[in-house]
Amino acid sequence: MNKAEILVIGSGPAGLKASLSAADQGAGVTLVERDLFLGGQLVKQTHMFFGSREQYASERGFKIAEKLTAAVEEHPGVRVLKGAAALGYYDDNVVTLEMKGRVVPVSYDAMIMATGAQENTLMFPNCDLPGIYGAGAVQTLMNVYGVLPGKRVAMLGAGNIGVIVSYQLLQAGVEVPAIIEAAPEIGAYHVHASKVRRMGVPIYTSQTVVSAHGTDTLEKVIIVKLDGSWQPVPGTEKELDVDVLCIAVGLTPLTEILFQAGCEMAYIPELGGHVPRRSAVMETSVPNIYIAGDVSGIEEASAAMVEGTIAGLTAAFNLGYGRDSYDKKIAAANLELDALRKGPTGEKIRTGLQNLKRTVEVRQ
Amino acid sequence: MLKKTGVPTSGQVEAVKPSPERLAEGPVVIVECFQEIPCDPCYTACKRGGFLPFEDINDLPRMDFAKCNGCGICIGACPGLAVFVVDETYAEDKALLMIPWEFLPVPEEGSIVKGLNREGDVLADVEVKKVRSAGSHNQTSILTLIVPKKYAHDIRSIRVD
Amino acid sequence: MRIQVHPILEFKKGKKISFTYDGKTVEGYEGEPIAAALHAAGVRVLSHSRNFKRPRGFWCAIGNCSSCNMSVNGIPNVRTCVEPLQDGMIVETQQGKGVIGGVPGE
Ligand SMILES: Cc1cc2nc3c(=O)[nH]c(=O)nc-3n(C[C@H](O)[C@H](O)[C@H](O)COP(=O)(O)OP(=O)(O)OC[C@H]3O[C@@H](n4cnc5c(N)ncnc54)[C@H](O)[C@@H]3O)c2cc1C
Ligand code: SF4
Ligand code: SF4
Ligand code: FES
Repeated sequence: MNKAEILVIGSGPAGLKASLSAADQGAGVTLVERDLFLGGQLVKQTHMFFGSREQYASERGFKIAEKLTAAVEEHPGVRVLKGAAALGYYDDNVVTLEMKGRVVPVSYDAMIMATGAQENTLMFPNCDLPGIYGAGAVQTLMNVYGVLPGKRVAMLGAGNIGVIVSYQLLQAGVEVPAIIEAAPEIGAYHVHASKVRRMGVPIYTSQTVVSAHGTDTLEKVIIVKLDGSWQPVPGTEKELDVDVLCIAVGLTPLTEILFQAGCEMAYIPELGGHVPRRSAVMETSVPNIYIAGDVSGIEEASAAMVEGTIAGLTAAFNLGYGRDSYDKKIAAANLELDALRKGPTGEKIRTGLQNLKRTVEVRQ
Repeated sequence: MLKKTGVPTSGQVEAVKPSPERLAEGPVVIVECFQEIPCDPCYTACKRGGFLPFEDINDLPRMDFAKCNGCGICIGACPGLAVFVVDETYAEDKALLMIPWEFLPVPEEGSIVKGLNREGDVLADVEVKKVRSAGSHNQTSILTLIVPKKYAHDIRSIRVD
Repeated sequence: MRIQVHPILEFKKGKKISFTYDGKTVEGYEGEPIAAALHAAGVRVLSHSRNFKRPRGFWCAIGNCSSCNMSVNGIPNVRTCVEPLQDGMIVETQQGKGVIGGVPGE
């Protein structure tokens, strides 16, 4: 059977950093990615990143992906398998991969799950019409493959993803007649909101889409104002002629394999849904399975990178690698993570992590 | 309101504006960043001490306008595209305004474009004086615009028709 | 519809090739996902739902949701949003669950 000392699943910022940090400590890493390229969400992001220098602030996402990918591919301690999707978990530390139509089992000493997240859907009449796409899907089509999603694209959701994808649509030359947000306030960083606003894109808070219309594909959506208790206000319906509606209403961690492996999970809305219980250094409740990035709770690429570093260091440490430098490196990573989560925009994640701890205490 | 529409209030904008005395001295930075987010490249980009040190990465930028010479380097470093430079000393009724620009077309030097306010409404025709790249590894362009002085603190974007 | 110029990105495209979609010849670039090539050619309906036969387009574009399943070279349930396009591929709108090895799925 194929053997991996440390098996990393998923090559977004979390998986890339986990691979690098574990391999730097001397461990042998096998990184598997179902896509044909590495980088996860980063490859689609044309905007400059926030954070500080340690997390490549002011560099564009796709450039960060290029840097990390090159580092991983050049690292003698990392074996990269692209086009390899992890399918399922089996006892005795085995995961099966699908590669070129074949199922390949791999056994591991330690596994780091960094599978990221999937986009949430939203239910309304005709929400399944072609032309209604995930915002991330539109980003992939446009920024990875250079294909325009449509001519006039409305965005549902004014969180960071909704607002940034709107900006990227404008960059690609697409008209964005509106960003629609059910909550009374914009969730995105306000600087992002301001930069699409000054390009003339209105942001409608306390409004939502009630239905979509079109024969075979989307032709228009009906939007409506919401009152203080999130109920539609009769008579405020407005038609919006669009050929695409992007849905950007949040992400859910991709945790199937962790469930299969029997990791203890808890439902924490602030973290995006069911997430695994974890130690301070990203160990799950199942020995030798670690987590990092959006799969452990929806956050940012900056935090995903630091979590990846922590998971990689710990997995290597527990296999006997890098014992001397571990404490120092972990302390540095923890400082970075704390700094990223400390401010008002980190409140949701802080609450989520606290609630996760609490569910564990209740159970014990 | 910023939280509801993406447009800051005039109070917010006034609060980050350099003093009239400083504006009368020449080009100076204006940082329209009103929310504490984990971000500090503006501060690390400036080598002159125009930004006071961040104690925490979530701090709002705080300025030492006396140290700023309006070079505009920090404009291209800000992922929020929230940094501008204004020079009110350019002419009697015209000011220079530097803005970041990440769209096509990149306007030609000498061309006339529409100057837009923070809501995307057209305020005036403005002339593009200079176009420069924010750096060899940074595709953001920095445009220097000649704007009517009365709109120096209102125009924040352009439209190239 | 393809992006011709972009302020930030340059697109590296594969070789221009042709494939058939429901019997019609369509052009695309080698290696890009089948669904991307179809979308660029204006095809947005990729499949029909099983029970109510409602039109379906792609949704996630990263191989997660199966909204884009089509029959490719006679193999049903291929996620066209991630399957790389090759010269001469035969892409068809799939009926129902599709047919594997001549045995219908429903
Ligand atoms: C539009 C947008 C803008 C953003 N802007 C910012 C920003 O400015 N700053 C910031 O810090 N963050 C930003 N983020 C968030 C950031 O991109 C994510 O938080 C981050 O990418 C999460 O990293 P990850 O490694 O956990 O997951 P991902 O990047 O999602 O990577 C997961 C990888 O795992 C692979 N995978 C999944 N399942 C399997 C499997 N079974 N087998 C094999 N491989 C698998 C996937 O193909 C993928 O490559 C943004 C996100 C979006 C969508
Ligand atoms: S304009 Fe130049 S001197 Fe002024 S704050 Fe920015 S980088 Fe510093
Ligand atoms: S770089 Fe821009 S967004 Fe970040 S803190 Fe500075 S001004 Fe604000
Ligand atoms: S669109 Fe989701 S799998 Fe293809």
